[in-house]
Amino acid sequence: MSITEILFWFLSVLTLVSAIMVLISKNPVHSVLWLIATFFAISGHYILLNAQFLAIVNLIVYAGAIMVLFLFVIMLMNLDVAIEPKRSMWMKFAGVISGGLLLAVLLSVVRTSVDLTNKTAQLNTGDIGLIKNLGHTLFTQYAVPFEVSSILFLSAMVGAVVIGKKN
Amino acid sequence: MINLSAVLLAFDWGFLLQKLILIIIIVSVSLVVAMYETYLERKVAAWMQDRIGPNRAGPFGILQPIADGGKLFFKEEIIPNTSNKTLFVLGPGLAMLAALMTCAVIPWSSHLQFGDTTVQLQIADVNIGILYIFGVVSLGVYGIMIGGWASNNKFSLMAALRGASQAISYELAMGISLIALLFITGSLSMRTIVEEQMKNGIWNVVYQPLGFLIFLVCAFAECNRTPFDLPEAESELNMGYHQEYSSMKLGFYLFAEYINMFISSAVMATLFFGGYDVPFLDESTLAPNVAAIIGLIAFMIKIGFFIFLFMWVRWTIPRFRYDQLMNLGWKKLLPLALVNMLVTAAVMLWLHK
Repeated sequence: MSITEILFWFLSVLTLVSAIMVLISKNPVHSVLWLIATFFAISGHYILLNAQFLAIVNLIVYAGAIMVLFLFVIMLMNLDVAIEPKRSMWMKFAGVISGGLLLAVLLSVVRTSVDLTNKTAQLNTGDIGLIKNLGHTLFTQYAVPFEVSSILFLSAMVGAVVIGKKN
Repeated sequence: MINLSAVLLAFDWGFLLQKLILIIIIVSVSLVVAMYETYLERKVAAWMQDRIGPNRAGPFGILQPIADGGKLFFKEEIIPNTSNKTLFVLGPGLAMLAALMTCAVIPWSSHLQFGDTTVQLQIADVNIGILYIFGVVSLGVYGIMIGGWASNNKFSLMAALRGASQAISYELAMGISLIALLFITGSLSMRTIVEEQMKNGIWNVVYQPLGFLIFLVCAFAECNRTPFDLPEAESELNMGYHQEYSSMKLGFYLFAEYINMFISSAVMATLFFGGYDVPFLDESTLAPNVAAIIGLIAFMIKIGFFIFLFMWVRWTIPRFRYDQLMNLGWKKLLPLALVNMLVTAAVMLWLHK
């Protein structure tokens, strides 16, 4: 058991525990905070795979920006346990069943995918995740898809401004 | 069965110990500097307003921070009944954590040489140094938001929302001004950036004066310092997001601000003013240990200047109104940073670098 393995198990347990806590916390603000902890643990996994850029961008974008907006909204909505609408038993059953089916589909796809079978993750060796190589690949091999997705972001931004201007 | 001794032997204990000692030293130095910043702030304020300032505790009032800290520790600790207790305690802790985590990637000086072992005076030289600082800074918002919300007080919540939106707004301009800098350095590692500047003999501020100004203004806003201290605008929001806090929890919030100031001064000195570079001196001719110590002193002097600048501005310029703050961030700094970035990119392309 090397230091990498210890870290892997620690991070995996942390990811799973905090993801479960997101679901079972009664208080929505606690849920958001546990979700942030999940992002941290996942970033730790990225670092183990030597994808440093991905790890830090995951933190900046998700934990640093998007979750702040989540917190904003939740804090202003004043959610109380008392005013939460009661959901019927059937809804809960339907949710559990559809969620479970989704999990089964994902698991079977990952297990049978040709690209993934009989392969192990490259720990600490691959260098495609370093910013230099990643940038090089993005701006040469995948330049067109990259530009197309940036146009998508631009249009989303314009849309947000238009919606915000209405009143 | 796992062989425990094999696991323990697999670690590089010497390396771990070296880093641990370095972390302890750097964190305690940050705390002591933050402590004396409070003293300095009062002295500078006094000097600017033609007063004497703290002069009772010890010679020149030099023990004043210790007296202040002791006072905060021994004050009654109040947790409001209607607050969310876990988060109420978590808030100041997070603020402090985010403030201290930034110092991990700052190169304090070159390396020390003890016989065969070389000790880098930097906790971690990661090749995403600047992005790491950016990531941790964006987490600093949580300390404020959680604290403000958990207090269950309208004023605290308002101030927390203000603080968070201010931090998010200014992060944008800050990031774009940094992109222009990265065009020139071509690396995100803080150590490489400093070494480039040492090699060229020209600090980055010469190439990026506008970028530096934008970064400076944004650093003020990120640290919630005057003229951007709206989250604690006492005339409109009583005391801001830490209104319900008392004792050392309040102390942590105030302390985190001073640590942030110290670290952002260090970042500015590293990125734009050559870090531990001493102007007009060729460090490679000196013995490594001497060069490291001289570099450290030079770096500390640069940091000291920026800390003084923070205080100078605080006691000179009045607070912005909130709409002025947002206008400045979104309508002036952001386009300015974008133009700066485009011009830098065009020039770099033209020079074929």
